[in-house]
Amino acid sequence: MTTGVLRLRKGGSVLSENGSLIGLIVLVVALTLLSGDFLTVTNLLNVGVQAAVTAILAFGQTYVIISAGIDLSVGAVAALSAVVLAWTATSNGMPWPLATGFALLVGIACGLVNGALITYGKLPPFIATLAMQGVARGLGLVISQGSPIALPDSVSHLGDTIGSYLPVPVIVMLVMGVITAVVLNRTYAGRAMYAIGGNEEAARLSGIKVTRQKLITYALAGGFAAVAGIVLASRLASAQPQAALGYELDAIAAVVIGGASLSGGKGKALGTFVGALILAVLRNGLNLLSVSAFWQQVVIGVVIALAVLLDTLRRRQAR
Amino acid sequence: MTEEILRVRGLRKRFPGVVALDGVDFDLRPGEVHVLLGENGAGKSTLIKMLSGAYHPDEGTIFVDGRETTIRTAEDAQRLGIATIYQEFNLVPQLTVAENLMLGRPPRRFGFVDKKAMYARAQEMLDRVGVDADPRAPLESLGIARMQMVEIAKALGLDARVLIMDEPTAVLTTSEVERLFTIVRQLKEQGVAIVFITHHLEEIAQIGDRVTVLRDGASVAEVPADTPEDELVRLMVGRSIDQQYPRERSTQGAPLLEVRGLTRTGVFEDVSFEVRAGEVVGLAGLVGAGRTEVVRAIFGADHYDSGEVLVDGRRLPRGNVTAAMEAGLGLVPEDRKGQGLVLGADIRENLGLVTMRHATHAGFVDRAGQTKAAARVAEQLGVRMSGLTQEVRTLSGGNQQKIVIGKWLLAEAKVLILDEPTRGIDVGAKVEIYQLINSLTAAGHAVLMISSDLPEVLGMSDRVLVMARGRLAGELSAAEATQDSVMALAVGELEETA
Repeated sequence: MTTGVLRLRKGGSVLSENGSLIGLIVLVVALTLLSGDFLTVTNLLNVGVQAAVTAILAFGQTYVIISAGIDLSVGAVAALSAVVLAWTATSNGMPWPLATGFALLVGIACGLVNGALITYGKLPPFIATLAMQGVARGLGLVISQGSPIALPDSVSHLGDTIGSYLPVPVIVMLVMGVITAVVLNRTYAGRAMYAIGGNEEAARLSGIKVTRQKLITYALAGGFAAVAGIVLASRLASAQPQAALGYELDAIAAVVIGGASLSGGKGKALGTFVGALILAVLRNGLNLLSVSAFWQQVVIGVVIALAVLLDTLRRRQAR
Repeated sequence: MTEEILRVRGLRKRFPGVVALDGVDFDLRPGEVHVLLGENGAGKSTLIKMLSGAYHPDEGTIFVDGRETTIRTAEDAQRLGIATIYQEFNLVPQLTVAENLMLGRPPRRFGFVDKKAMYARAQEMLDRVGVDADPRAPLESLGIARMQMVEIAKALGLDARVLIMDEPTAVLTTSEVERLFTIVRQLKEQGVAIVFITHHLEEIAQIGDRVTVLRDGASVAEVPADTPEDELVRLMVGRSIDQQYPRERSTQGAPLLEVRGLTRTGVFEDVSFEVRAGEVVGLAGLVGAGRTEVVRAIFGADHYDSGEVLVDGRRLPRGNVTAAMEAGLGLVPEDRKGQGLVLGADIRENLGLVTMRHATHAGFVDRAGQTKAAARVAEQLGVRMSGLTQEVRTLSGGNQQKIVIGKWLLAEAKVLILDEPTRGIDVGAKVEIYQLINSLTAAGHAVLMISSDLPEVLGMSDRVLVMARGRLAGELSAAEATQDSVMALAVGELEETA
């Protein structure tokens, strides 16, 4: 009416919303040109398997980051869950479905403790989950007495391929990705994460039970970490207490490359998936190009910085 | 006639999706207070951001001291002597007053900060604006009014010749505004040129010399500050608003909200009142009288020690927002951006925040239904938007407030508590919100409205409660309530106890 300000449709929104996807495509094209071994079915499935653990951890991390938190414990919780699985399935002879369920519960419990420390204990998420990182890693070592536990055959089948074609880890990753997308977009818990991350006080004053929703958020991250741990262990056919060391940082990187904001309220399952794929493709490509492992770390560091830098620039331009 | 210090011709600025400025002319002379007037979204912020180097014009020229100038960065603006005091201060609360005054350029000796020199210089700077504050005190120990003075002192310390003040009075009490005006007048005499933005029309004649009116991104008129208010309003909105407070009384029903003996030790004491269906009750009082604290306690956002709150005859549990909501209470908080909205989320999401619980079945939100409901309310409220997926951050203040109210409309709140519902909102949007209040009470809802804007309280309330020092100092019927009678109650108790 009075403010007849002309509002035009935002131009190029497809591009600005899928910046990381474009990055991935560029990467794939470049590697295809540089190495004849890259664009083969075997190699791509290999990339998928390598991406799986990080991606599943990152999906869990996405919930936390959207609600303006951070979870540094997911790598350690993954390892602990894997150890619990192997331990219950071997020394206690639990049937594998039960053992898997138990391992999942352990992951969820760790997440709930994180959530309780953050909500009831009012600890900053960084500190609460750092503490959990130590505790979970330590418990894994205690239970396994510091050495890997071989998985019974029944369990390590989870790392197989179906019809000698589709690797189970890739399927699990895709399923977890779809679950994440559905949770974030369609469920009350998911929408509450965005609201809490965007403005916790406004969410609270709109009747969202912030404490309960945060508990759910961290429990989900813990559950996803357990799934990642199980996938990792079945791939290696053994649960290693020192597995997934530092994976939480890869997971956070994947989420952030995927366009989420560490200050909360923004993030998508697809973005996180693309972020995890970028990391995996990059590692794979650098291996194919025989870049030394030392230099790989440098390149990955640079790519993380670049990805977020480009995203920031693009957003600033959109203002 | 004095030479103009600042001259702006034909400024245009387009953002993706919005033409923010569409031809602005503006002059500023040394020693004058030039008021920038316009509705939210009229282009005031964009203009001052261009003068302070945050944005660059697409077209048009800025002259400083008669020379054509480009202001690319904040440093450029500083070099030219242009300082801006935003509503959100650029200060660090944890640092001392002196450190804030010399942020980024403390006096140094041998590479170390020379604290003695810093405090001495800070004292001089504070003296220049006549603010009583200890340079060694942490900034956060000062109230908002004195923080603002520190910000002014800081700007002057940078040899500012042009001081741009973005709604400086919005956060101040009446006596603080008086003090600010005294300082502004002193600065005028020292030859400082001041750009003054305000939504309070009555301040214009008190402090201003000239007024430039912006509308839809263009400057539409330059008039003397003693122009009658209704003429200013007409220029601003491009039409005349016949009735600034169009309260239509409705028939009153049973009490919907009853508050009995509500007490939180040291904050508010023995607060009892009721609000009936169809009634607007105004809650007046000075800032700090405990009004916001009381309504937050009623809504369950904060705890209270004793007393009870009943909605529709049923007692509410303490400190439980969800229960209050379910019973039919809604709160539009004072701090719209900090407490009312998820700024980074879109309109649909914000409108659906309260109703999301009820639209959830087996954990899944009925998003199609939510979208439909949001579209209906946005239409009903006349929200000016590009679509339901527009981020609320990019809406004007008035439209943002409509979204906050809208989420409670969707929830069909029986009792709506409005805390400063029109603060920082332009005249046109204000009237729309008043009309909304009318239609709510006509439909049998009850409204409890806190406002520090006395004419608004008097114009819109059927009954006025006045709080002073955490207590209800009195109750006035619409007929009894006048500026004088309300103020007498609001300050009365203060004088007795002082």
